[in-house]
Amino acid sequence: MKRFIATRILLSIVTLLILSILVFVASQVLPGNVARNILGPLADQASVDELNSQLGTDRSLVVQYWDWVTGLLTGDMGTSAIQQRSVFDIIGDSVVNSAKLALLAFLIVVPLAILGGVYAALKEGTLRDRTISLGGLSATAVPDFVWAVLLIVIFPLGLGIFKPTATAPPGSNVFEQVYYLILPAICLVFVLFGYIARMARAGTLEALDADYTRTAIIKGLPQRTVVRQHVLRNSLLPTIAVVATQIGYMIGGLVVIELIFNYNGLGKALFEAAQRKDIPVLQTGVLLVGVVYLVATLAADILYSVLNPRVRLGSES
Amino acid sequence: MTQELATSAPVSTANALELEDLEVEYKVRGAWKKVLRGVSLSIAPGESYGLVGESGCGKSTAAFAALNYLPRNGRVSSGSIHVAGKDLLAMSDADVRTLRSTQVSMVYQNPTSALNPTIHIGDQVAEVFTLQGVGGSEAQDRAKAMLQKVQISDPTGVMGRYPHQLSGGMNQRVVIAMALAKDPTLLMLDEPTTGLDATVEAEVLDLVAALRQEFGTSVLFISHNLDVILRMCDKVGVLYAGRVVEQGTVDEVFHNPRHPYTVGLLRCIPRAGARKDQGRLDTIPGFLPGLGETLPGCVFADRCALVQDVCRTDEPPLYDVGAGHISRCHFHEQAQDLPRNTSPVAVTEERPAESSDRVPVISTRNVRKTFHQDGHEVRAVEDITFTLAPGETLGLVGESGSGKTTLARLLLGLTTPDEGSVVELDGVPVAGAIGKRDREQVRSLQIVFQNPDAALNRRFSIKRIIGRALTMLMGTRGEQLDTRLRDLTHSVRFDVRLIRAKPTQLSGGLKQRVAIARAFAGDPKIVVCDEPTSALDVSVQAAILNLLAELQVKNDTAYLFISHDLGVVRYLSDRIAVLYLGRLMELGAAETVFGPPQHPYTEALLSAVPHVDGDERPRIKLTGEIPSHADPPSGCVFHTRCPRYIGDICKTEEPELKEVEPGHFWRCHYDVDELRTLQQSAPETRPEIGVSGGQRGAEPPV
Repeated sequence: MKRFIATRILLSIVTLLILSILVFVASQVLPGNVARNILGPLADQASVDELNSQLGTDRSLVVQYWDWVTGLLTGDMGTSAIQQRSVFDIIGDSVVNSAKLALLAFLIVVPLAILGGVYAALKEGTLRDRTISLGGLSATAVPDFVWAVLLIVIFPLGLGIFKPTATAPPGSNVFEQVYYLILPAICLVFVLFGYIARMARAGTLEALDADYTRTAIIKGLPQRTVVRQHVLRNSLLPTIAVVATQIGYMIGGLVVIELIFNYNGLGKALFEAAQRKDIPVLQTGVLLVGVVYLVATLAADILYSVLNPRVRLGSES
Repeated sequence: MTQELATSAPVSTANALELEDLEVEYKVRGAWKKVLRGVSLSIAPGESYGLVGESGCGKSTAAFAALNYLPRNGRVSSGSIHVAGKDLLAMSDADVRTLRSTQVSMVYQNPTSALNPTIHIGDQVAEVFTLQGVGGSEAQDRAKAMLQKVQISDPTGVMGRYPHQLSGGMNQRVVIAMALAKDPTLLMLDEPTTGLDATVEAEVLDLVAALRQEFGTSVLFISHNLDVILRMCDKVGVLYAGRVVEQGTVDEVFHNPRHPYTVGLLRCIPRAGARKDQGRLDTIPGFLPGLGETLPGCVFADRCALVQDVCRTDEPPLYDVGAGHISRCHFHEQAQDLPRNTSPVAVTEERPAESSDRVPVISTRNVRKTFHQDGHEVRAVEDITFTLAPGETLGLVGESGSGKTTLARLLLGLTTPDEGSVVELDGVPVAGAIGKRDREQVRSLQIVFQNPDAALNRRFSIKRIIGRALTMLMGTRGEQLDTRLRDLTHSVRFDVRLIRAKPTQLSGGLKQRVAIARAFAGDPKIVVCDEPTSALDVSVQAAILNLLAELQVKNDTAYLFISHDLGVVRYLSDRIAVLYLGRLMELGAAETVFGPPQHPYTEALLSAVPHVDGDERPRIKLTGEIPSHADPPSGCVFHTRCPRYIGDICKTEEPELKEVEPGHFWRCHYDVDELRTLQQSAPETRPEIGVSGGQRGAEPPV
């Protein structure tokens, strides 16, 4: 088990290294010159060159990469020349915002989708099963921005409840923040419900079909106990992995939703950094999304093995 | 144990199970298909009833019906089921649950999957008591007592373990403990020992027999293995296509069968001592009728050699042929004169010379394989030396984990042996890895696997599967390919009209024929057969064994034949090698190995097998499970379980493999005359000695 975690962490580090190179190279491909971008088309070449040398963007790529990575490792993310703020502040704020939205959405969707999926599996083949399965699938198939626009049209514009913008005024308490965040969170619920419910349903069906469930039923256990004690424990294992992989998407991947609801999350920050060729923010931000993905999947793997004795105790004999 | 059950029924007088004219149907593609056709049987209190028949006959369906546990597409269309005198079909769901939790239990074929992988063994057993309202810690105590009852040596330790940490045999004990915990009126066992080693099977059967005595439980025992039924049951019912065709006491039915199907089934089995050069096995022609087929006459008419016109039109009534023995055959008096389906004459060859004079097709010297697992060295195969002559069969036997399959994989080059191992084909050393062997060498060594489903690509047609082997191994193409393909399918008796079918459309026996054709495509010198018939019904098994014997004579092919069924091994093998913990314990001519004097391990292995012929030897119980490969016992690796343990010499010195008689080798400190004298009687109870080595056998990683 310890060995398994150690290998996984080591692999994650290698993955991050490769990712950092990819991110770095990719951000160099963006058109335009950094200093020219900042100073605008009217600035003369001399001051552009001077700013480039000030920023270090005239050095060789290898040196720049080395500089960036060693900076990151020592906790120095650099400064955004364009926004005149430290990268740490820009990204830090947006990550916190993204995490708030993700947390709210997860708190709604995970229990709901698991309940829905398990219920559908227990009623397999019935109208209720089909309603949940097809409903979830349809909701997932509709793009998130369509839901966003639809929700804005119905609630704030039509019914006058909830806010079209997700950013609560500074100093708001938790409830006010939730009130502002509820619409984008519901969008995410629509997007994720079908996905997670489908996994929960499939896992439950498999467990219901397993020999050990037959044993439990033939023991004479009431259906409730069979499901709770014998089925769920096994059926929810694959769902955990699905939920974990969605965390990366929630943090950093919600560009459109954040733009529509004008919410300063990581997705929006990355989008704006790309537009303005704000390379320090872009690079570090994308790398951070990578870290979130890796940590989430690692956590899922560990959780999976903790819940599954076959993995946890596999090599012991 | 629970002495008093919270039930009102007078358990002692009513039959434990009473099926009357039971018809069960499954809905398949919108139509109801009959699975059970008027099954009537009754099991008296304390009686043990065996149900036999090929797969698909409805054995398990009958058992599950008695628990009111049919698949969602199944229903009882008519008839009645009484359990302990109560009408099951009239019960409410809650009553059915009570029945399941107090009166009827079931033990399944695959114990490891029947237990929940994420719940501790102790909790799973305790659940049975909790269900009866017994409180937490008392339930745990009772569970522990129950585990003790099924002779689990370390019940406290096992309580805290998960199913995957225990061997199959241990898990089956746990399932039996769970089943008996409620002191049921009726215990149903559905192929409880299929897939277990012969030694473990014997232990489990002993356990069931002993507990049945103790608890006075009635038993419904389902098995395709007639020997097991004979040993375990008072009465037997033979099920065919959902109908009981014959029923009576086991003695009557097995020794005086009165239905052609029973006669056929009994003839399919390689009886103790049957050998390929003495005669072919008989088979049952044709196939089981399809699910729900309309059968106006006798269900067996299509496959019966005694069939008359009346059989196709009139359903035979139940003929009482004496002493509670009934048969559903118009011609039950002639049943035993059933003509053979195959010629009894063995296919024999003119052996050019004593086979030992010919250059061996394969010979190995000091073959060993060490796996590395979590920093441990696991010696799966240790120092194996043998030769195999052209046209000869070497049977490989031993419990699971003994290294049979690893050895086969080493020869084939699928696993690379350790440095210093020598494998020679036709006297020429070959590379360890198959990738480094030339086409000629790959061609001459082929394999037939246990499970043809997994071995054949289900997306390819049969034509493509065999054709590909011909092209890859022989370079056959074009018109020649078609000719060879036809010859090959003909030689394995595979209907050439089915050649465009996909494997999924074929029965298990037909698939295995395709797998055999594929192995023979390259005109091999040696074919490794790894449990080729263990997934097949006995009648199909007989046909495949006949085919293998025939192909061997025709092509002078040598076989390395792996099977846990000793009757089958004996039938096909010229010589037999006995493996234990990766070591060759005994090697010699089949008849020599199967009779005394023999290695104590072989002796124990053979005594574990029940025989229809009643050739009962005193059972030698092997105590404990196979030690771990990672930590094998000192001295003779078998000393921890040996029934003929001598003393310290066995613990300290590993015996050499010595030639005790011409052509007969074993690895034991005893010499041949001493054992010959000793083996005239069963060994005394073995003195207790300290057990070294692991408790649980670790399977080598493959």
